[in-house]
Amino acid sequence: MNADLTFRSGLKDVIPTLFGYIGVGLAMGIVANTSHLSVLAVLLMSLIVYAGSAQFIIISMLLAGSPISAIVLSTFLINSRMILMSMSLAQYFKQDSLLNNIGIGSLLTDETFALSMNKLNQTDHRLKPNWLHGANLLAYAIWALATVVGCLLGHLITDPNQFGLDFAVVGMFIGLLYLQMITDRSKPIKLQLLVVIFVAITMYFLMRWFPGNIALLLATLLGCGFGMAVSPHD
Amino acid sequence: MTNYILITILLAGLVTWLSRVVPFAIIKNLTVPRWLINFLSFVPVAIMTAIFIESLLIYHAGHWPGFNLENIYASIPAIVAGVLTKSLLAVVITGVLAMAAIRLLGWG
Repeated sequence: MNADLTFRSGLKDVIPTLFGYIGVGLAMGIVANTSHLSVLAVLLMSLIVYAGSAQFIIISMLLAGSPISAIVLSTFLINSRMILMSMSLAQYFKQDSLLNNIGIGSLLTDETFALSMNKLNQTDHRLKPNWLHGANLLAYAIWALATVVGCLLGHLITDPNQFGLDFAVVGMFIGLLYLQMITDRSKPIKLQLLVVIFVAITMYFLMRWFPGNIALLLATLLGCGFGMAVSPHD
Repeated sequence: MTNYILITILLAGLVTWLSRVVPFAIIKNLTVPRWLINFLSFVPVAIMTAIFIESLLIYHAGHWPGFNLENIYASIPAIVAGVLTKSLLAVVITGVLAMAAIRLLGWG
């Protein structure tokens, strides 16, 4: 990753994260297929909802015949972390048009958010819409494709996890987190490490009472508060 | 595709899209106070840690979470690869290969 902020550079920078989309996307397509969802339904869901873990929940709730209101509420809760990520990222695009802002927000994912935060450390804390459009659009296309292919191949592959591809998304976050910690010069590494340890412990305790996705949101909010409290005051 | 599925997809898509876009519209037209910028500056590290840790734990309603040993084992070589190479791609590939090996050997 370099300081280049062109559309092409966005396409290039997002490539390492695509393994994650492919692994999870294939798995999602296969699960959808075994849940008797049509290829069209899978494609529409990937294009309209476009959210990994939420789509798994939606499929399982559809299969169980849950009320639409319950499915929509679950989706909102799982994806509510997007609000934090969008708020965090939006600061860098205040000078750009509303249309560009809407375009960036519409296709933002955990992965492209984390990638943007890494990129900021290479570019003197600047981002450009075209760079993020490049990264977002390629990720969006690959996600839709992977889920459709997974659905089509559903009956051929019985165990999509056999090849370890499901770990790609975890590996990606390990890489992005580590790079974030060593490249973000705006915060001492000790402070970042403290936040990491705090969030890790908080996650364990929160998951005593909350499912992972809710715990994740609460732990992030608490982690940000903790970081503020322990950072040197100026 | 039934109406039930279609309406679910449309509404789930709408709430997700609003979560993604409304903050952009608000922040664009607002002077963000310093404390909020400071607070949000911790979002990347906090959220990435939370996503990572979530994948190492298994939620059991009403009990302490269990440990996903496969993911924990595969994370170790992935972290080492990150420290050694500082390359995202190397971390992902190492992790996937480690996971394939762990499953092949029946660990975890």
